Amino acid sequence: MAARTKPEAEPTSLESLLAAKEIAVFCGSGGVGKTTTAAAAAAMAAVKLGGKVLVLTVDPAKRLANALGLQGFGNEEMRVPVSAFKAAGQPHPRGELWAAMLDTKQSWDNLVRRHAPDPATAARILENPLYQNISGRFVQSHEYIAMERLYELHSEGNFDLIVVDTPPTRNALDFIEAPERMAEFFSSRLLRLLIVPYRSRVVNLASRPFYQVADRILGSQFLQDIAEFFILFQTMYAGFVQRSQAVARLLRDNRTTFVVVTTLEAAPAHEAEYFIDVLTAKKFHLDALVLNKVLPSYFNDEAAATRAMLLTDRAPELAAKVAGVTGDDSAQVERVLAEVGESFCNFGVVAQREASQRAVLSAAPAVVASVPYFETDIYDLDGLLRLGEKFWT
Amino acid sequence: MNLLDRKLVFVTGKGGVGKTAVTAALGLLAAERGKRTLVCEVDSKGNLADFFETGPTSFEERELQPNLWAMSMDTEASLKQYLQLQLKLGLVARIGPLARMFDFVATAAPGVKEIVTVGKLCWEVRERHYDLVVVDAAPTGHIVGQLAAPQAINGLIQVGPVRQQTGWMLDILGNPRTTGVAIVTTAEEMPVNETIELQGRLQAETNVDLAAVIVNRVLPELFGRGEEEVFERLWDPEVSSLLEDEIGGSVEPLLEGARMAVTLRRTRAEHLERLRDGIEAGVPMLYLPYLFARSHGLRSTRQLAEALSAELGF
Repeated sequence: MAARTKPEAEPTSLESLLAAKEIAVFCGSGGVGKTTTAAAAAAMAAVKLGGKVLVLTVDPAKRLANALGLQGFGNEEMRVPVSAFKAAGQPHPRGELWAAMLDTKQSWDNLVRRHAPDPATAARILENPLYQNISGRFVQSHEYIAMERLYELHSEGNFDLIVVDTPPTRNALDFIEAPERMAEFFSSRLLRLLIVPYRSRVVNLASRPFYQVADRILGSQFLQDIAEFFILFQTMYAGFVQRSQAVARLLRDNRTTFVVVTTLEAAPAHEAEYFIDVLTAKKFHLDALVLNKVLPSYFNDEAAATRAMLLTDRAPELAAKVAGVTGDDSAQVERVLAEVGESFCNFGVVAQREASQRAVLSAAPAVVASVPYFETDIYDLDGLLRLGEKFWT
Repeated sequence: MNLLDRKLVFVTGKGGVGKTAVTAALGLLAAERGKRTLVCEVDSKGNLADFFETGPTSFEERELQPNLWAMSMDTEASLKQYLQLQLKLGLVARIGPLARMFDFVATAAPGVKEIVTVGKLCWEVRERHYDLVVVDAAPTGHIVGQLAAPQAINGLIQVGPVRQQTGWMLDILGNPRTTGVAIVTTAEEMPVNETIELQGRLQAETNVDLAAVIVNRVLPELFGRGEEEVFERLWDPEVSSLLEDEIGGSVEPLLEGARMAVTLRRTRAEHLERLRDGIEAGVPMLYLPYLFARSHGLRSTRQLAEALSAELGF
């Protein structure tokens, strides 16, 4: 494993960070805007840095997928047309923006076809019911295949920068460990133990109780199904293990950077904290933190909060004066003033909590960027670029 | 039928919508209404305990306050319990390789971890240990896999005791008087999409009833009819400077803040509309307010429970 070589100068912005990397992995817990942020970063890189930039996305909102030209499903990389940039007020982007959506099932199938010794074995694996179950539903397979696909795209060498949106996982860290776990899984002693009796009729005496229990719980037919599946899968063993080790290496490579995305709400921030700790401890290159949906800074202004309280407290008296100018109903003005003051104080409470959360999170990564609360949804290139401008430099 | 009158409620939702907070609040409310309640979090790395402020939960159920019990799922421990109680394999469960074998089979065969989880919950219901079991279940993306596990296992395992076990589980899950799913969402694009999508998948791939859709973090409506125009006139330089003289400083951030709150709510109203259109008539929709709170602990769980209580008509 290559030790981390300290760059000459620490990156000071996402722009300088992404200019120096080939892969940027965006990670964070669900619902923090990871997909949008990753897409925005890729769009900015295409406009400002140039080159061919690919965003590999997992589960984009439909409107965003459409905006990126990803109408159908499929693994193909699609170029976002220049006309979309034109419409977004960027008629001359320096580079190209490409997008691809991860199709777990298809990626697994491709993997099998690549590593199977011959087309007949590949076909048998693809038809195996257990395989069909696994490739579709097996939760970890999703994480592994995302990283596998990343490796494939990277080694094809068609792109200068690949921005990856990671799948939503229960434990947001699963995907970085997935390649190593997958390699372990296929080289496990237990796997061989399970397969032995179906290869030869000689069952090792020591392993007999193991089969008796397994048989009793699951039924021998099921065990046989599993074994068959693994016997088939073993034909791909060497290629598979080698491949997942290569994927694991790529994730730790100097050319790869990790960007943690989070909001400052309690639960995601807590998870981001844990995430930063583990990435740092495991020596992945965690270089940036993007704080999303941050409330405007005026909510942290204590003098403004005091004025807001005054507005609410003195609403009746102030309303009378305002009504004198506007001619509105004084009772109505009173309610509006009181609401404005109270709403400010309400959001102020949240902003205070977020400020302290922000201080905790900002300690580790070199680059910390904030994205304000966007009042409307982001669903086109224009929106992505507006969002990107907020965290780019 | 009231949500709390069921015996087993799976709470799901897209990540980040407050699924665990709502689960905790449901449990608290049920317990305070005199039901012997178990709250179970399926994700052993979850943070359910934070919402009760009682220290970590474990597979062993623990009484947090009168009538309220909490546990977190541990599939290995659950399997051991199952082997002991159902298959009378007590001794065997203690042998070392079992854990490894289970891990292995569970990794290889979809549905095994899920069925051990769902099995434990159904068993608590069947044995009538509690009046209500509230589950902080898998998020929208994985809940169907969890709930459909008994059918999936039925398809994969043709004989043996495991297959027999799935029968009664299906009965419990499929009875709408007993079991229901509550989907937590916020009025935002992706959570609403996933909620509508999940409604369809629940019908197509499971036999479990959709008991409620809970819209969390609903922002307050600042201005009523006609008041928005009044608000807009506050931006008038003459009015602003009048106010600034009175409160001793710029009124602009206050107005900006209010405008943000109004726009935010308006954007969400569109998604809420889409949600109402997409969810079948007859499925109760419950609305919980955004809490402008310092932190998320027992205090906000209580506030949510109160809001739920009102929404459920108590």
